[in-house]
Amino acid sequence: MSPLRLAPALTLLVMLGPVAAGLAGTLLPAFGIMPVLGRVEPGLMPFRDLAMWPGLPRAAALSLGTGLAATLLALALTMAVCAGWQGTRAFRWLERALSPLLSVPHAAAAFGLAFLIAPSGLIARAVAPVAGWDRPPDVLILQDPLGLSLIAGLVVKEMPFLLLMTLAALPALRPVQSLATARSLGYGRSVGWLKTVFPRLYPQIRLPVYAVLAFSMSTVDVAMILGPNTPPTLAVQVLRWMTDPDLAMRLRAAAGALLQLGLTVAALGLWRLGEIVVARQGRHWIEAGGRGRNDAPLRTLSLGLGTLSAVAVILGLAVLGLWSVAGFWGFPALLPDALTLAGWRRSGPALLAPSLDTALIALVSVACALVLVVACLEAEDRFGLRPSSRALWLLYLPLIVPQIAFLPGLQILALVSGVDGTRAAVVAAHLIFVLPYVFLSLSDPWRGWDARHAAVARALGAGPWGVFWRVRLPMMLRPVLTAAAVGCAVSVGQFLPTLLLGAGRVPTLTTEAVALASGGARRTVGVTALMQTAAAFVPFALALLVPALVWRNRRGLHHG
Amino acid sequence: MAEGLVLERLRITQGDTEMVAVDASVAPGEILTVMGPSGSGKSTLLAALTGTLAPAFTLGGRILLDGRDITALPPEARRTGILFQDELLFPHLSVGGNLAFGLPPALKGRAARRARIETALAEIGMAGFAPRDPATLSGGQKARVALMRSLLAEPRALLLDEPFSRLDAGLRGQIRTLVFERAQSQGLPVLLVTHDAADAEAAGGRVILLGRRDD
Repeated sequence: MSPLRLAPALTLLVMLGPVAAGLAGTLLPAFGIMPVLGRVEPGLMPFRDLAMWPGLPRAAALSLGTGLAATLLALALTMAVCAGWQGTRAFRWLERALSPLLSVPHAAAAFGLAFLIAPSGLIARAVAPVAGWDRPPDVLILQDPLGLSLIAGLVVKEMPFLLLMTLAALPALRPVQSLATARSLGYGRSVGWLKTVFPRLYPQIRLPVYAVLAFSMSTVDVAMILGPNTPPTLAVQVLRWMTDPDLAMRLRAAAGALLQLGLTVAALGLWRLGEIVVARQGRHWIEAGGRGRNDAPLRTLSLGLGTLSAVAVILGLAVLGLWSVAGFWGFPALLPDALTLAGWRRSGPALLAPSLDTALIALVSVACALVLVVACLEAEDRFGLRPSSRALWLLYLPLIVPQIAFLPGLQILALVSGVDGTRAAVVAAHLIFVLPYVFLSLSDPWRGWDARHAAVARALGAGPWGVFWRVRLPMMLRPVLTAAAVGCAVSVGQFLPTLLLGAGRVPTLTTEAVALASGGARRTVGVTALMQTAAAFVPFALALLVPALVWRNRRGLHHG
Repeated sequence: MAEGLVLERLRITQGDTEMVAVDASVAPGEILTVMGPSGSGKSTLLAALTGTLAPAFTLGGRILLDGRDITALPPEARRTGILFQDELLFPHLSVGGNLAFGLPPALKGRAARRARIETALAEIGMAGFAPRDPATLSGGQKARVALMRSLLAEPRALLLDEPFSRLDAGLRGQIRTLVFERAQSQGLPVLLVTHDAADAEAAGGRVILLGRRDD
């Protein structure tokens, strides 16, 4: 039997095996079993211990509240922008501004936002002359107890993701025709879109929305930078217990991780319930026939907020850049007094090793992912496998099960088997998350390839592998490199898998950056976050540049 | 009959539904036209002949080419050339690269291969076109390159999947004549699938009609 035939099974094993093993590895200590500590009697002690922690209700409520609010806002904003502006020049402009932001690592975007909105941030500096401030206002904006800045950070980062997923699903729904029909019946643009396109679109982006919800509830790096501290969100607290020198705290951490999983499942259930209610109310709303001709306020609001969201990330990165080269920069001054490379000279050399490790881990995990994904897609064709909708669920599983729920278990397993703290363990952990994104990015173009090219090539005497190497792969160069760039951005941005499986001994740009969250010097934060962003951006630049160079004389490969 | 293409009680089914049933033979230099509306299984029949039938289909009967049973052979071993409605020139290769893809590896040496390709281009009135990007060719030029690419692979039969329907009226007759003439001069059995009566008339051979599958 051809080894290719085994590719789908192998891919699932590499991707879901660690999730399952990690969940088991969390489950056991959560119920008091941890042989390393000599605990072998199952019991509810860790949960009792967890319940005794006074911060628990607030931490759990924070996770739930910030996650639901961020998802709801990001989805509503994305849909409002699409409803009001799809097909217009403004929409294409916003699309172009938002798409690259997808690759900005979460930590860098969060730091950039922090540098904007902090009491001593750029916004306060801009307002200072008007308000008459000569020192930063004494308000808790950053890491506010309600998690508002955390929500803002999540919305600006998740909106580009939802928008891109929407743009991928839209063409098949032929929205232009639907909208034209609705408008010829007298419907306003936004209402027409919401009534004819949205109901068919939502099922297509449901899984990405679930992934956003699960991620927003359990993110660690963004919450460490923008989220409240006393108590933090549950996920951050679990990490604190995980990294506590007292190994007995691991039991409480495992119980907390399991609670996080339960919270996520509950939130997803609540969201599903919401979907049902909205669908029922929506049907009445559609059948009531309201035309909603005056959507100008909604359109202005959605475009304004969408632009604000893009500007926040871009401006944030600019401020990071400014801080990285800033000399003295006293409070009300809008710009630094002088520019200097001292920050780069001081932090740069120390970041060389983490940069190399970041690149190495990204390249190896992406290479593994590409081989597996291409093998899966090739097997689909050669053996006539039809991927079911269940397969899509499996693909999203690593993105929906909270990282903090299974990575602690995985770390304990790695610890027991002695592979923790190795680069190989970190690569394997990255692969869990790189694989789904590479697959999602490559599968549509790969499946969309005109198979008659293969029929022609084989009629001309090329074997199946000849077709693969000489025809399909060269024609797929652009989508393969794009998928690789997406994979690199995912790998570069990973915080928790790097920290836990690397056992703190495999520092990358991301772990270095997040480590600065608690009161790092601004110049160091600027340098580190900027390098992290560059590490995610460079592959995208190459993915654009290389095919343009290689195929500069091949017009047939310039688009699509 | 040993020479030519023989479809012996060929039957293609999907599940319990019969898609196509054909029993026919095409002598060298002869053109057999298969007509039918879209959805009648014309392209499925050609996929069965080239060996690229999707796994969902089941094939019964035998396909013989010059007396050799090719029913179970992989596509690359069948020597059945095919031209589609679109020229399907490989967009990543030059015009010369496309022709070289069809040229058998038995012809060795870069200079010899290049010379063979130059001759082939001259034969279709496109001398000097080897380094060109196929995307920059006109419709008629693309069609001629696609035909030549097929012929260079030395096929034993030529299959045509509505190859003229994309061309405009003036060009259509010209390319059709070129294809038929080249096939006849090389003694190739030709199976032409079309829904255009003019194509069938120009072919001048026998015509098989396929029914709609849901009739």
